[in-house]
Amino acid sequence: MREKFEKLTSTCVPLPIENVDTDQIIPARFLKATTREGFGDNLFRDWRYDKEGNKIDSFVLNNPAYSGNILVAGKNFGSGSSREHAAWAVAGYGFRAVVSSFFADIFKNNALNNCVLPVVVSEEFLQGIFDAVEADHSNTVTIDLPEQTITNNATGESEKFDINPYKKNCLMNGFDDIDYLLSKKSDIEAWEKNR
Amino acid sequence: MEKKTLFDKIWDAHVVSKIEGGPNQLYIDRHYLHEVTSPQAFAGMRERNLSVFRPERTTCSPDHNIPTLNQDKPISDPVSRNQVDTLMKNAKDFGLTVYGLLNPKNGIIHVIGPENGYTQPGMTIVCGDSHTSTHGAMGAVAFGIGTSEVEMVLASQCVLQPKPMKMRISVEGTLNKGVTAKDVALYIISKMTTGGATGYFVEFAGSAIRSLTMEGRMTLCNMSIEMGARGGMIAPDEVTFEYLKGREFAPQGEAWDKAVEEWKKLPTDEGAVFDKEVVFDASDIAPMITYGTNPGMGMAIDGNIPSLEDIDAAGQISFEKSLGYMNFAPGEKLIGKSIDYVFLGSCTNGRIEDFRAFANFVKGHKKADNVTAWLVPGSWNVEKAIRAEGIDKILEEAGFELRQPGCSACLAMNDDKIPAGKYAVSTSNRNFEGRQGPGARTMLASPLVAAAAAITGKITDPRDFM
Repeated sequence: MREKFEKLTSTCVPLPIENVDTDQIIPARFLKATTREGFGDNLFRDWRYDKEGNKIDSFVLNNPAYSGNILVAGKNFGSGSSREHAAWAVAGYGFRAVVSSFFADIFKNNALNNCVLPVVVSEEFLQGIFDAVEADHSNTVTIDLPEQTITNNATGESEKFDINPYKKNCLMNGFDDIDYLLSKKSDIEAWEKNR
Repeated sequence: MEKKTLFDKIWDAHVVSKIEGGPNQLYIDRHYLHEVTSPQAFAGMRERNLSVFRPERTTCSPDHNIPTLNQDKPISDPVSRNQVDTLMKNAKDFGLTVYGLLNPKNGIIHVIGPENGYTQPGMTIVCGDSHTSTHGAMGAVAFGIGTSEVEMVLASQCVLQPKPMKMRISVEGTLNKGVTAKDVALYIISKMTTGGATGYFVEFAGSAIRSLTMEGRMTLCNMSIEMGARGGMIAPDEVTFEYLKGREFAPQGEAWDKAVEEWKKLPTDEGAVFDKEVVFDASDIAPMITYGTNPGMGMAIDGNIPSLEDIDAAGQISFEKSLGYMNFAPGEKLIGKSIDYVFLGSCTNGRIEDFRAFANFVKGHKKADNVTAWLVPGSWNVEKAIRAEGIDKILEEAGFELRQPGCSACLAMNDDKIPAGKYAVSTSNRNFEGRQGPGARTMLASPLVAAAAAITGKITDPRDFM
């Protein structure tokens, strides 16, 4: 049984960069593990640490002013490889939702399979969050999964977001796709016979 | 009768059920598996005490971590070695076919699938790897999945996927001199941008696409993911059948004739509707090179990097960050710039045709002294063909050495890392920051552009030699 997702209010970590690819989220040299744990330590590794392993102060994850469970990123987040390690890194660091105006397909699936909610908002709404967080890093955002709304609490502005009802149900109840598919084994066998 | 696209015909024939308001339950004909994205899936199978539902439909090959020298010795990096050993053990424990190190069938999973006849028209194919789109070249629906989905396929031979939208990208006309499938891919991605096909499954069509060889088609479909597409595919035709006939795991004899008859029904019906259609003119395409840090940042090799004014406001920060990483200036040319490394290989350009093209080009020339060249065949079968055709001799005379097969410097999970700050002309698929090693600066290009760079030591238009 996985963690359930319902309603989340949190401060945000802003990353106003477009096309953040999975090699930035988790570089390939950190993909050698055989478990799902520990990837959060290397989230955005090469933006977070220099070659000697020292923190790069200018990167947002190293700025103590910014914290929270919501990552807010520029357009086309998660492009590139299919590595689920990217979703494990985002989840492992402690993010429960990523907000952007656009996500790459595979990352979106991987996030949903790991109880990280990808929330697609309009460009204007995204900019509104960046502005609010820049003005005051203690400003919060509320994501309400049952209602499918996201609210910028600094401005009171709210937007509906899409999620397919099946995935919504999975997230709210902590089910996963494997549970579902295992329950369908006899249907699959019947389908194989008739194909 | 309803007019259907190539994609619809294959997808619809594999839908086991449709979840209301949710994804389709899609049956998978062929599952490829490598060492990086699978260990957690096998761990999940063990936790749930499951066996593999259809073991004969999964084929495994370690490729990402493996060294390209001294494969007969134990892998020196203990973490890489553990991941490869874990795959070998998992395959054995779960009864799966695996082609381990030094097995004559070992190689990059996307190279060995087609070359052994595992990949066939009309199939649904998945792998925990975004470049699974390669197999679409044979007229299959092939796409990358995450590790949770790898576990789903092992457990049930199915995945749950929303049906993507459909796009047709047609390239009409005749390709210019020096223009390869790789240039067609980089050109299309530069026009579409790196997210331009997200949400779509792409069919490549048109006379220029038909004119590509089977391996060229694989290069093109391989890079569909670089414009965000779920996958790319090309209708099977005589080129496909000729490539596949006689390969070990392809249907044989009567079964072959029957299969071909079925495959001939797959091409998109005339009048079938796509959600989006894009048409390009083949004559507009020149040899390409990338200047930035995503595959959409490409241009004609003799072109100029865009200036800041050419970029929309929201993208300017990313554009400047990207050029800063590459140490290039907006508006400048790349021709004549000195380079340090050349990489020929990967699931994009590690097949025999790529080595033929590279060797033909460098024949009679010498590798430039300032260039380190890594020539990495995509599989042992490719390596064997290189030796059988005498390509190894040509390369040797020109000062190049051949390495052993694997993914190598494409993503630098093994020792083949481009050092920080160095420039590499690479025939692989991604120029992301740090992709080929921390701080490495990658310029994606065709085997011809790579060959021209390798003998001159700088960015050179291959047409100057043709």
